[in-house]
Amino acid sequence: MKILGIESSCDETAVAIIDSGKILSSLIATQHDVHERFGGVVPELASRRHMENIVPLVSGALQEASMDLDDIEGIAVTNAPGLVGSLLVGISMAKGIAYSKNLPLIGVNHLEGHLNAAMLEFGNVPTPYVGLVVSGGHTSLYFVEGFGKYRLLGATRDDAAGEAFDKVAKLLELGYPGGPAIDKVSVNGNAKAFSFTKPQFSNRTLKGVTPREFDFSFSGIKTAVLHLYKKQNDLSKKFISDLAASFQESVAKILVDQLIAAAKTSGAEAVVISGGVAANRRLRSLLKERADTEKLKSFIPSMEFCTDNAAMIAYIGERRLELGDKSDFTLNAVGNQEIGI
Amino acid sequence: MKHLTKSPEETQKLAEEFARNLKGGEIILLNGDLGAGKTCFVQGLASALDIPPTVYVRSPTFALINEYLGGRLSLYHFDFYRLGDPSELDSLGIEEYLFSDGVTAIEWADKFPDELPENAISINFRVIDENSREINFL
Repeated sequence: MKILGIESSCDETAVAIIDSGKILSSLIATQHDVHERFGGVVPELASRRHMENIVPLVSGALQEASMDLDDIEGIAVTNAPGLVGSLLVGISMAKGIAYSKNLPLIGVNHLEGHLNAAMLEFGNVPTPYVGLVVSGGHTSLYFVEGFGKYRLLGATRDDAAGEAFDKVAKLLELGYPGGPAIDKVSVNGNAKAFSFTKPQFSNRTLKGVTPREFDFSFSGIKTAVLHLYKKQNDLSKKFISDLAASFQESVAKILVDQLIAAAKTSGAEAVVISGGVAANRRLRSLLKERADTEKLKSFIPSMEFCTDNAAMIAYIGERRLELGDKSDFTLNAVGNQEIGI
Repeated sequence: MKHLTKSPEETQKLAEEFARNLKGGEIILLNGDLGAGKTCFVQGLASALDIPPTVYVRSPTFALINEYLGGRLSLYHFDFYRLGDPSELDSLGIEEYLFSDGVTAIEWADKFPDELPENAISINFRVIDENSREINFL
């Protein structure tokens, strides 16, 4: 089925067309340039940019797939989670097209898109697998039995990994987005220069929280970096790159340790990562290395499928529609929404 | 009134004691550096307001607003860290929350002090050393 997918939950506007899981076109307009100045996504700017970008992107995606709207058989759109104002731009566009062309509309959860992004590249991932979605807003680990069958095994209790990257990068004056900035400067740093204590939940269980076995915490590491930075008198290039590299190593290790441990405990066949932070080179190489040692199959999508894109949204839309599942025109934007709970 | 806490748990405990007197409609402004304990304090508020323990209280830096429902009072958790201009508060629909029956806690509130009601409760967080924080109820 030819499905047009629309994604506008954060700072990328993206439109893609897929047919039977195959990508016919996938376009992304990034807003990193406008948000760089503020060290993060500015919501009002973000929704305005989405509005400017979305129509040209839909036309461009159709053109690249050599189609017009009459060829499209369904419209999939991200409706949760994200910035409500930004989500609404995509949802309004999707409803407009679906209504005028009398097409089925499918609301898609952004996290479910990420969790299945590997399918676009590898065609199939053996189930059950454990998938980690790690980005600026999310750090969640899922047990995946099959399409639509997800169980949340753990999630961050405070900051998302990508948020810690952004905040540390801002502190070290490395720019935005923080992930690529830290990735770049870490190449010249000594990842063993500083060590950070691994978050321990067993003896430090937060009150009022029912822990999941594979939860994460990144607030402590962020604060530890802050203290090292404040204590240092000579902020040399070497100090900054050593600190960045050590921070990155520590975050990558926490993520990979949890992912591997969850896979082994749950008897999964494979491990999968996705989300903006999954584009981090150290995380990718460490996961590959550890998965190979543990004899687990690893599926690490190309950068373009890790970061936000609309192909993964269209993919979910197609699978849903095949199952006869669609949304009605009351579909609305939801800021916070988990899956697998 | 100034308090000294020596661990994240003590910061949460202080928040729990403070939350006992909340009746709904309060607006709490949380100001202080990165890592000073603002989110940690809100975790304590949630616990005292009987927000179900399956609901995780996280940094709202990315989402801008986190809503925690199902407790004695609803808790709305804002973060102004990423906002660039006070006009953006309107697009978040902040007024609806400020005049609700729930409790609203706002991190980095001092970015736009003029936009918030005068009767709000201000709490300042200061990092003393790695584990200790000074928490000042103004």
